[in-house]
Amino acid sequence: MKCVDPGENFASWRDAARCLLEENVPPREVLWEKAGGLFSAARVEPPSSPRLKVPAAFVGLAESVSCHREPSRWALLYQILWRVVRGGERHLLSIASDPDMAKARTLEKNVHREIHKMHAFVRFKLIDTDAANGRERYAAWFEPEHFIVEAGAPFFKKRFANMDWSIFTPKGCVHWNGTLLTLTPGIPSNPVENPDALEAAWRVYYRSIFNPARLKVKMMQTEMPKRYWKNLPEADLIEELIGNSKHRVTNMLAEEPRPVKPRPKNAYLDKLRELTAEESL
Amino acid sequence: MELDSKLAILADAAKYDASCASSGAMRGNSLDGKGVGSTGGAGICHSYTPDGRCISLLKVLLTNLCIYDCHYCINRRSSNVRRAAFTAEEVVKLTLDFYKRNYIEGLFLSSGIIRNADYTMEQVIAVARTLREIHDFRGYIHLKTIPEASPELIETAARYADRISINLELPTQKSLDVLAPEKSIVRTRHAMGRIRNKLDEAHERRKGGDKKVRHATGQSTQVIVGADSSTDADFLAQSDDLYGNYKMRRVYYSAFSPIPEPSSILPIKAPPLIREHRLYQADWLMRFYGFKTTEILSPETPNLDLELDPKLAWALRNRQDFPVDIQTASREILLRVPGLGVRNVERILNIRRFTRIRLADLMRLRVSLPKVQPFLKTADHNPSAYLLDADSLRARFLPKPQQLELFAADEMR
Repeated sequence: MKCVDPGENFASWRDAARCLLEENVPPREVLWEKAGGLFSAARVEPPSSPRLKVPAAFVGLAESVSCHREPSRWALLYQILWRVVRGGERHLLSIASDPDMAKARTLEKNVHREIHKMHAFVRFKLIDTDAANGRERYAAWFEPEHFIVEAGAPFFKKRFANMDWSIFTPKGCVHWNGTLLTLTPGIPSNPVENPDALEAAWRVYYRSIFNPARLKVKMMQTEMPKRYWKNLPEADLIEELIGNSKHRVTNMLAEEPRPVKPRPKNAYLDKLRELTAEESL
Repeated sequence: MELDSKLAILADAAKYDASCASSGAMRGNSLDGKGVGSTGGAGICHSYTPDGRCISLLKVLLTNLCIYDCHYCINRRSSNVRRAAFTAEEVVKLTLDFYKRNYIEGLFLSSGIIRNADYTMEQVIAVARTLREIHDFRGYIHLKTIPEASPELIETAARYADRISINLELPTQKSLDVLAPEKSIVRTRHAMGRIRNKLDEAHERRKGGDKKVRHATGQSTQVIVGADSSTDADFLAQSDDLYGNYKMRRVYYSAFSPIPEPSSILPIKAPPLIREHRLYQADWLMRFYGFKTTEILSPETPNLDLELDPKLAWALRNRQDFPVDIQTASREILLRVPGLGVRNVERILNIRRFTRIRLADLMRLRVSLPKVQPFLKTADHNPSAYLLDADSLRARFLPKPQQLELFAADEMR
């Protein structure tokens, strides 16, 4: 059995995996374990020989799966890589129902979903405005399940190119200053606790856009699971909105119908009426 | 009036519009600009309210003052609802402030009709123009337009927006005459036709290499379900026409929902949410699964089965076409198997080039076996003729009685 340290990310795992492939080490003889673990895992030096041919589709899959927090992801990726390169299963990536591929696709899907949720649920707070040039500085706290900060960051750079911002998370932080995207290690707790002044207006909006006559709580929770709620300034309204909805609908249903008010004198409304009459001829 | 009070009134006034899409815009971002914003690719839902709807855009009316008297609408002139009006600057600032905090993808702006169509349209356009030209806003903008507004104004709106729309509201002029006397199907369709031509022109210019074209990429519309006696067949036939002849990106079906300030012309009742859901399912079958409206509904049964989804209902009516062999059936046929979605059909077509498909494979693709088993032959499964012929097949798929109650309670609570 060979203990190998996958390192922190796709690049370090790839170097190690390439080495193992060169040496023809089959997956069952590899234990992927961080250095300092139970067995003494070794960092592997990247090979100097020419690169092995690996399908591009595998690289894309492996980049995503690497971001997952599941510790067995490194072994799974090596197993798939081995089957494709050494096992002659060149079409494995097309066989979505293969047990290894199905597992990998699930992990990939979890990661993509978490990136999407990062784009959706990061909430920036205004920190300050540069008095000299008017440039605003924003910061957000987010708690992703997977290691997706780097993969999720370019979206924010493109969208908010002209403001400075930081996104802090326990799994890495990212900062933008208008020219450079910088990654720093994660931090354990939220450094931007004060609410933003706009959150009050956002909560007014959230409360008002909700329609109590169409309650579908399960649908909401499928798309916005509870684990995100604590960092969403609108989420503590949910309970109250659900609680009052029945009462609000009962009141609506009990309301006296309003009579139709007479048509006001208005040349434009007269014109519309004439037009409709002509159309029906 | 305080800004928060205006926002409360004018968001409340806008919530009956179901449209929430923020996808399908041209790709763009703020890297080479001076403002904020990016579009392109799938839209993002930034929050969800307990009605299960997403918040993607700041959806507000510019004003809920209105000279029209549409009886399904809380903002009609006969209603005593509190009235408010934003200034253009207020909407611009709210949009930018929300956007910079990553609350929204952009703005959905509609308005009550004030004075006349052109005047109202100009007010709406002013907001979009300020966002685009003064603030270089590159986020998503959806503008509601008015069929009676001049074609030039609608085209101006389209140049600032990513999506424009006109709501059809009800499928027949007869219904409109009673429930929305200021509206006309003929005028609405003419306007939609003109919009379609302009969308096509912009598309052609882009295809011809003109990358600078700033123009909406699509139009959509909304119809109200359950306010008049129109059948599901009426709605689907209309949607078919709208997708085909007007190239609608989306037709939204909005279950007529109880509103405060109900009209004496249109008594309110519980919203037909399941019916709305079934219409969306049927709509998807037409757009992505190759079904014709006439296959989904017939003159004898003009309404969708509320208990079963329309694909399953179709399969049960056409048992003679099943079972199909997963190894050899065409893409078109596989798309018609209950329980197989578009993505899984694509996967199956890929997989079967290399291996024989078994039930365990389907399970790993997260296909519901109880649902597909009566209709599919796999390497290790051949449904008994008995199963397909039995009258009990329908009963097998009906929701359990107690589940139905729970579902109804949840929907109506």
